Amino acid sequence: MKERPIGPKIFSLNRYLKDRVGETWMIIAFVMVLLLPFIVGAGLYLKSRILLQEHSIWTLLVSGNWNPQKGEFGLAPFIVSSLWVTALAVLIAVPVSLLSAIHLTQYARKWFLNAMHPVIDILAGLPSVIYGVWGVLVVVPFVKRLAEWFDISVSGYSILAGAIVLAIMIIPFILNILIEVFRTIPEELTEASLSLGATHWQTIKRVLLRKAVTGIISAVVLGVSRAFGETIAVLMVVGNVVHIPKGAFQPGYPLPALIANNYGEMLSIPRYEAALMLSALVLFSVVLLFNFASRIAIVQFEKRV
Amino acid sequence: MSETIKINIRDLNLHAGKNHILKNVNISVPKNKITVILGPSGCGKTTLLKTLNRLTDLNPEIRVTGSIQIDEEDILHTTSDIHDIRKRMGLLSQRPYPLPMSIFNNVAFGLKISGRRRKKILHKRVEHYLRQASLWDEVQHRLREPAISLSIGQQQRLCLARGLAVDPDIILADEPTSALDPVSSAAIEEKFIELKNNYTIVVVTHILRQARRIADHVVFMYMGEVVEQGPAAEILHNPQMEKTRQYLNGAFY
Ligand SMILES: Nc1ncnc2c1ncn2[C@@H]1O[C@H](COP(=O)(O)OP(=O)(O)O)[C@@H](O)[C@H]1O
Ligand SMILES: [Mg+2]
Repeated sequence: MKERPIGPKIFSLNRYLKDRVGETWMIIAFVMVLLLPFIVGAGLYLKSRILLQEHSIWTLLVSGNWNPQKGEFGLAPFIVSSLWVTALAVLIAVPVSLLSAIHLTQYARKWFLNAMHPVIDILAGLPSVIYGVWGVLVVVPFVKRLAEWFDISVSGYSILAGAIVLAIMIIPFILNILIEVFRTIPEELTEASLSLGATHWQTIKRVLLRKAVTGIISAVVLGVSRAFGETIAVLMVVGNVVHIPKGAFQPGYPLPALIANNYGEMLSIPRYEAALMLSALVLFSVVLLFNFASRIAIVQFEKRV
Repeated sequence: MSETIKINIRDLNLHAGKNHILKNVNISVPKNKITVILGPSGCGKTTLLKTLNRLTDLNPEIRVTGSIQIDEEDILHTTSDIHDIRKRMGLLSQRPYPLPMSIFNNVAFGLKISGRRRKKILHKRVEHYLRQASLWDEVQHRLREPAISLSIGQQQRLCLARGLAVDPDIILADEPTSALDPVSSAAIEEKFIELKNNYTIVVVTHILRQARRIADHVVFMYMGEVVEQGPAAEILHNPQMEKTRQYLNGAFY
């Protein structure tokens, strides 16, 4: 009878409880993660609702008049700036990353690829303010010179400067994904294509890039999401002038910069806070919709390749 | 009685870094026969097939010495275009790897690569090779569908059709049925027996019964060396070497 003390029973009850508690917490955590986007979205909506009751959302989005003192809150200058900076940044970053990834995985020696990994990780981990400072010191003067070359006289603080800094910031992230994408394509696929008489380059163009298409979409989506929301580094070089930019050498004022520069100040102006919350909501919705659309695209492509 | 030698491998040595993977390999592959390469896992069978197709060029760590004569041309030391050499051999791998495109384009790939783009001719050729691989009846109404929508067995036959479409005279197959169900495996085996009238076929397998069913010529390899080779009946029923005997008796795989 000594072998059956009540100890184990208590112990197992204890374990059972821990198990249940653990499970409950996991479910709560899981639901929180699921709900988080909705909570954030709903919060932003509630805060900007006053403004939306007075003006139609459409007017606010397309109007270029931003005069908080007069109660005019057209967000178009900021939306257009954001689109400009993001599009240009992605346009620079994606080809560079794609070519680098192809080179590193298809042509370079293994040790070189292995040596690049920590470098890419370090670049990805640098605080964005460092990119901003570097942008002010290097990219802004570079853009100024470049513009002079086209006989345009500008300060250099511009959409293009923002885009270049952003591109450099997102390249490590895009590159990391793309390297993984190309590395996980089975070698046998390359061999199959070569055995049919294709050259290495034909194999890359016609087989590997197709196989990689969903991975490339994911990489671009990550790049766009990061670029669209990046704040500090862009704000330091983009000029922050409220107008609808008409060219890459002109200054711009992207949405994140608007919020970061003004939140907490001038909140005494009526509706000002609501307007900033609305711009946050726009930022949030664009990233969300973009991710959603890309998931659909990826599912479609996965069926095909 | 003399048979024509299609592939003549002489003093082939292959090093990958410090590993000596193929050691003084000498093999004669007779024309229009099925040569089966037998041997335990890791003995270098896959590496040997890749060397035949010069796929070993991809790995800068690999050094190859010796000679591989195909129709009197040493493909290891030749001035011919490497891509043309590869086209002379169709390759089937252990699992099917369809190209990321439609069924039709998988077969047309090799043709398009070599510049044949006329729609009508392409269609005729594709049908011809799909029929040769006994796949036409199953896929004729879904040629535009992605190749990965096929079953594994169908995919392997598609890979065969795609290999035949570049008009090779040699077929290299690396354990081509190991991922397939028995019915699909039998289909591939039958296909090989049918195709050997027009092709020289080299099949790597670890399935002894498969070797018994299809082999005309057998090469037994062990640890990167050729232990014994000869007509199937001799090697499979009356091996001279102790290692071969042990392997045939199932002492190791
Ligand atoms: N690229 C390589 N570098 C180093 N060793 C390799 C390489 N490829 C294959 N090997 C080694 O060569 C031997 C033969 O491999 P393989 O040809 O795949 O054998 P099999 O197909 O007979 O199972 C194995 O020991 C394997 O580890
Ligand atoms: Mg193998």
